[in-house]
Amino acid sequence: MHIIDRRPNPRGKSLANRRRLLKRTRAVLTRAAREAIAEGKIGDIGKDETVSIPADTLHEPSFHSVFTAGSRSVVLPGNREFSTGDQLPRPPGGGGAGQGAGAGANAGLGNSEDAFRFVLTRDEFLDLFFEDLELPDLVKRQIVDTETSTPVRSGLSTDGSPPMLDLTRTMRRSMARRIGLQRPKPAAMQTLRDEIVALQASGDEPERLEQLLEDEAAARRRMALIPWIDPIDLRYRRFSLMKKPSARAVMFCLMDVSGSMTESMKDLAKRFFLLLHVFLERRYRQVELVFIRHTDNAEEVEEETFFTDPRTGGTIISSALNEFTRIQRERYPADSWNIYVAQASDGDNYSDDTARVTGILEAEILPLVQYFAYIEVASGMVISGESDIWRNYRAVAQRHPQLVLRRVRERREIFPVFRELFGKRPATA
Amino acid sequence: MPVLQSLEAKSDLLFTGSDWNFETIQRCYDAVEKIALEELKLDVFPNRIELITSEQMLDAVTSFGMPIMYRHWSFGKRFVQQEALYKHGLMGLIYEIVINSNPCISYLQAENSATMQALVIAHAAFGHNHFFKNNRIFQQWAEPAGILDYLEYAQGYINRCEELYGAQAVERILDAAHALRDQGVHRHPPRRPMNMRDEEKRLRERREYEEREYNDLWRTLPAGRTARNDDPSAERRGRLGLPEENLLCFIETFAPKLAPWQREIIRIVRMVAQYFYPQPQVKMMNEGCATWVHQHVMTRLHETGQIDDAAFLETLHTTSNVIMQPGFDEPGGGAHFNPYALGYAMMRDIVRICTEPTEEDRTWFPDFAGNNDPVGTLHYGWSNYRDESFILQYLSPAVMRKFRMFRLLDDTSNQYLLVDAIHDAEGYREIRRTLASSYDPSEMVSNIQVTDVDLEGDRRLMLTHFTRAGRLLSQADAQATLQHVATLWGYDVVLEEVDTFEESRLAVHKAKPA
Repeated sequence: MHIIDRRPNPRGKSLANRRRLLKRTRAVLTRAAREAIAEGKIGDIGKDETVSIPADTLHEPSFHSVFTAGSRSVVLPGNREFSTGDQLPRPPGGGGAGQGAGAGANAGLGNSEDAFRFVLTRDEFLDLFFEDLELPDLVKRQIVDTETSTPVRSGLSTDGSPPMLDLTRTMRRSMARRIGLQRPKPAAMQTLRDEIVALQASGDEPERLEQLLEDEAAARRRMALIPWIDPIDLRYRRFSLMKKPSARAVMFCLMDVSGSMTESMKDLAKRFFLLLHVFLERRYRQVELVFIRHTDNAEEVEEETFFTDPRTGGTIISSALNEFTRIQRERYPADSWNIYVAQASDGDNYSDDTARVTGILEAEILPLVQYFAYIEVASGMVISGESDIWRNYRAVAQRHPQLVLRRVRERREIFPVFRELFGKRPATA
Repeated sequence: MPVLQSLEAKSDLLFTGSDWNFETIQRCYDAVEKIALEELKLDVFPNRIELITSEQMLDAVTSFGMPIMYRHWSFGKRFVQQEALYKHGLMGLIYEIVINSNPCISYLQAENSATMQALVIAHAAFGHNHFFKNNRIFQQWAEPAGILDYLEYAQGYINRCEELYGAQAVERILDAAHALRDQGVHRHPPRRPMNMRDEEKRLRERREYEEREYNDLWRTLPAGRTARNDDPSAERRGRLGLPEENLLCFIETFAPKLAPWQREIIRIVRMVAQYFYPQPQVKMMNEGCATWVHQHVMTRLHETGQIDDAAFLETLHTTSNVIMQPGFDEPGGGAHFNPYALGYAMMRDIVRICTEPTEEDRTWFPDFAGNNDPVGTLHYGWSNYRDESFILQYLSPAVMRKFRMFRLLDDTSNQYLLVDAIHDAEGYREIRRTLASSYDPSEMVSNIQVTDVDLEGDRRLMLTHFTRAGRLLSQADAQATLQHVATLWGYDVVLEEVDTFEESRLAVHKAKPA
């Protein structure tokens, strides 16, 4: 008998099969992911997403027969009360007793499998999500791998690359060694030489000259033996990679909820907010969300109300900006929070409010925030002129790079806004 | 003194607590082997024991219970399902996997306790192993040597195909072939058991032979006059060996459009299906045998003071979990008999009949009641029967009473289900006959045959389903599966369902290649 320990064999053998499974169900999964995004909360998206797949997409058909008509006999276990000749009503829904007789015939009408549920890992889910937004791979990686680490000084080492040589410490050690081993100093050598030259010129004191020449030869030998810099003197600066201490971030979602914003516009806005949130979450340990909606006045609301509860009224954007300033001052001081703002609107505003909006934006908001994204969502029907807000924001944006504006009509247009973000702030920021 | 005694008693124990190491396993194996070979006279293949993690176990279980398997999404699907069941605690851990091969390989799960390892060694490495080696069905059907070698070859071959022809093209063939797995086996014993180890060699040699013998000259010969026959279609069928019930084999050989690698993939699926073909026919006996062996061995270990009370209680707990039989109206019940429960009950009952028979047993089983040779009687049963015949031969009134069996007559022309037999003197034989027939392999798989195809004509493949009374193919599945047949065949396919006795046509399904 042999005992073989197979535990160290490579793990995750089933991953290849899982990948094939995901590929096969891609279409269904994408739809499911879309629904999860539409229904789920922004903060919860991607945390162990459970996805239901209708059984028929993964059904493996086979030829098997089902009892349809006629008569059959079935033996069952667990009789408690029946005697021969008893008649039982048929169980509801079934064509016979139990689920069919025998081992091979239990498949009912071919759809006996339940809907198939499984839990996607966060990465798998985001993959689908990005696919839906048609994100290029490079950007996907940037979003996903933003676990940045910075090199941090961590003492000295005896080896390293030349640029990392710590000159001061190396020389200090070299000097100590030279002093300790009494390496002749160049100056001392020079005086010796001078004296020899002088004596040779004058021809006096031949014994002393001989002595001096001997001394000089000894000193040269010593000098050759004891190098100026020995490999044991070398010290290099050592850096180790430290995970970048992630700070806190708060993300403000501002949205116009007046009657002119349709459901599809809100869906676009939601996707944009979601992408920003995913991005922030990768970068900061703690991301808080604040939802401010406004018509002609603004209020902070729960996420659910934010996306679902329509309001009627005019549109005064400055009300939302004021509300933002108030909440930010109360709860998120700029010195301890990274502040991100995402604003979605259809570009409507009272014309006399617009000047006020740009005023607040420039004076109070933009100096505080890391990034202010304004997206103007539009359905195809809107006349393609520039809205008042757009024009004014663009003027501000020229002076303040943290303000980015974009127009979004379709899902895939959400991405360019992000290219802007990554273009200006590379992942090392 | 008492302290010394207890120390002495302790030294007989194979292990204490639940921890184990390789010496523990070796000691357990030796102790189990002694009982299994000397007391139970088991005759086994040489054993090999491999330790794997629960993840590896789950992985193997979801790919047909094999540690090596080619890749396919359906295994991923099963893995996800089983994993979900585990995570929600709906299913206990799988204790073991054993592979019918020579040497017989048993997989122990590293997370199990020492007791469980001993139990699994008894169950798999001796119970199942003896059954594999001695049961007639297994002996007839597959030579156990080389299944793992073959699977390794299959895995490599399919991998290579994926690289050469694309994963999607391979998946298409595998999907289609998997759908026909049940119709991809020879149901009549081969003249000699198939030899997995020589499969690869066979393939290579055949290719080489074909290449060597190829001569373009043959193509230029004028066609000879075809022999006239009264019924050309009969002659054509005869030439193709029709009717043929092994659909996959027929397709592999004659499908006009398949590339050689596609045929080889079909052959792989077919070979794997054929390897597993005997197992469902003897599942109940096989599990019954293994469970009875492990229970007997563990009891003897306890009696001889080699395992302590705690370990024995753990054994009892495990065994009773495994042999649980819910009633028909209880959750998890239905018309199914738990093969472990029924098998174990029958083995125990045979032992009882051999050693302490009642009057009833003497009338029912005159040839072995009270023969005081339980081991010999069991050996004979294990070797010479399959589930169906074993039940017909050995199911006793005592077991029927224990399971409180009853029979229902389900007549669709009737509004009610009729209880027409229960576990009483009039009902025993009725119940036994019906229960046995439900284990009949022909009951499990639909009888579908290739009945005609004109390779020189329209190449339409004709399949016929010879139905059993009142049972037609499930409509949606039949259509989907037929589509797979069409994919492989490359031309139209028609499936007729006919009444076996009246030869009337009951239903027709058609499919065209996509």
